[in-house]
Amino acid sequence: MPYSSGMEVGDTLNATLTGPSGTPVLVFVHGFGCGREMWRLVAPAFSDDFRVVLLDLPGSAAADPSTYDPVRHASLDGYAEDVLKVLDELGLDDVTFVGHSVASMIGVLAHLAAPTVVTRLVMVSPSACYVDDGEYVGGFSASDIDDLLTTMERNQLGWQAAVAGMVAGAGHEEARTELEDAFCRTRPDVALQFAEVTFRGDNRADLPHVSAPTLVLQVRDDVIAPMTAGEFIHRQITGSVMRVLETRGHAPHLTNPDEVVSAIRDFLPVGVT
Amino acid sequence: MTELLPTGLDAFESAPCGYVVVDARGIVARANEEFLRLLDAPAGDVIGLRTFSSLVSTGGQILLETHVRPILDHAGVVREIAVELVRADGGRVPVLLNARVVSTDPRTVLVVLVETRDRHRYEDYLVAAKHAAERASQDAAAMAVTLQQTLIPPEPPVVPHLEIAAAYRPAGSGREVGGDFYDVFQVAPDAWAVVLGDVSGKGIQAAVITSFVRHTVRSVAIAHPDPSDLLHALDEAMRSHGSEHHCTLVAARLEWEDPGWSIALALAGHPPALIRASDGRITELGVPGTPAGLMSDPQFHTVRHKLGEETVTLFTDGVTEARGSSGELFGDARLLELLAGLPGDPHDIVASVVSATLTWQSDDASDDIAVVSFAAR
Repeated sequence: MPYSSGMEVGDTLNATLTGPSGTPVLVFVHGFGCGREMWRLVAPAFSDDFRVVLLDLPGSAAADPSTYDPVRHASLDGYAEDVLKVLDELGLDDVTFVGHSVASMIGVLAHLAAPTVVTRLVMVSPSACYVDDGEYVGGFSASDIDDLLTTMERNQLGWQAAVAGMVAGAGHEEARTELEDAFCRTRPDVALQFAEVTFRGDNRADLPHVSAPTLVLQVRDDVIAPMTAGEFIHRQITGSVMRVLETRGHAPHLTNPDEVVSAIRDFLPVGVT
Repeated sequence: MTELLPTGLDAFESAPCGYVVVDARGIVARANEEFLRLLDAPAGDVIGLRTFSSLVSTGGQILLETHVRPILDHAGVVREIAVELVRADGGRVPVLLNARVVSTDPRTVLVVLVETRDRHRYEDYLVAAKHAAERASQDAAAMAVTLQQTLIPPEPPVVPHLEIAAAYRPAGSGREVGGDFYDVFQVAPDAWAVVLGDVSGKGIQAAVITSFVRHTVRSVAIAHPDPSDLLHALDEAMRSHGSEHHCTLVAARLEWEDPGWSIALALAGHPPALIRASDGRITELGVPGTPAGLMSDPQFHTVRHKLGEETVTLFTDGVTEARGSSGELFGDARLLELLAGLPGDPHDIVASVVSATLTWQSDDASDDIAVVSFAAR
């Protein structure tokens, strides 16, 4: 039974806590694009023996529009603060932070800000820096990121119309399809800024400070977070474990959910309380 | 429906759009002629070799991975996604694509693509126009604020033997440039002009006229000691200016004739001045005249008054025509009652009139408000 009432920040971020009391806690945080629904094939596998927290990041999916603050969310720290607020409202500590893509770095920042609250990190398809820098291979050039922003802006022509149709309460089939996709919608202005913060961000310097046990889940063939990005994180975080999933794509929690579940279970200490 | 096609024609191969089958590995398993034409590539370079996402620009790849693929997995279909195909020589072809998952095991996706070169140019134009419009709107707002700063009348000067207070409050958010103004300036060693007016209309045009009226009044005041002459001069200047706007105005000349002030005052389509006696009684001062800049045969009349232990208050219709939440006007009667109940101090009167008017409209002034009040001291 989700019990979400009583959370000031949590309610606005569509946050829920489920699972038997007293069990260890997993918080699943989605990355750039889409929302908590991205975990729909993974999170339920932990519902019997874990407490599971799911939420939408500010500006994404079903999060209340008022949660997004262009100033505070101009850096990932703003997002980390928000996740920590939700955990605080739920009275949780000793949490395993499972972050996809950019949320892996949100997890790093949350851990550094509150080391007793976020005590383990699971990074699914992470990258500490998407843009190449000297020896470092992030996979993208600065102009690639410009290309992304242009492409997103062009696609917003249609997406804005779709959102407007939803607001107008259009009852036809098209509008229903759009509603089904709503979990993957981000407010256009937010999407552009989130894309900038994500893809122009650089959290490499934060990694050596991480003291939490860390799992890096790397997909062999991922155009967004290439092997070099995962290997860099693995090298920079002492004692981290790296698991390579022999598949392709940037969303193994959708394409290979069983492998993601077993990798997380293998990583977590048996009988953790 | 196949039987409708001429013999030997294949609906996939001959489709008038790019048509692609993408397999579970993301590789282009089949592609039709139009798709290969869009890419300007031979079948052997693409089919069975290239992933679909490797054929679009990097920004498009990120969009496909982070947005399109999740929607496709969730809803089974995506529509109208704008990306750019990248040819072997680096040339780009803007396309709109629709995709549908037709089998989940093994995952098979059909993609159709339509070239959108012209539309793309048009969208570029729209996006540029949108940015330009946003900039223009910001510039206009900034200009309105700047203009308004220059139009806000200054604090009245210090006049010997006269206590004088004035206030100007722009309508609404304060961003719109308004047409109310007042001015107090010296016209002779012992004489001062006090004017207060309201230019019709709003916005930049009205602001320009407001500025014109203020400067004209200042430049003709010295040569026209009689306020009705001053109004005639202004009226003529406005009509030869060729503006559509007109203005209502109260013009007063205050002359110090020891030991007191004498007032000469004329009205141009403006409510009369209100004289509050020391016992709270209110009388009006002024004979109605025509607005300035409106009629070919304007009528202005000067009245004269010796200022006793009294306070004279000039105001614009932003006060009396302020509407309450029920739509009711603040009105003359309410203003008279307010003045009667106040002490005679000009500063108290100005502050109270402005605040009562704003409170009446729940702090959202629909029109500018200007008030000037003075008394001998």
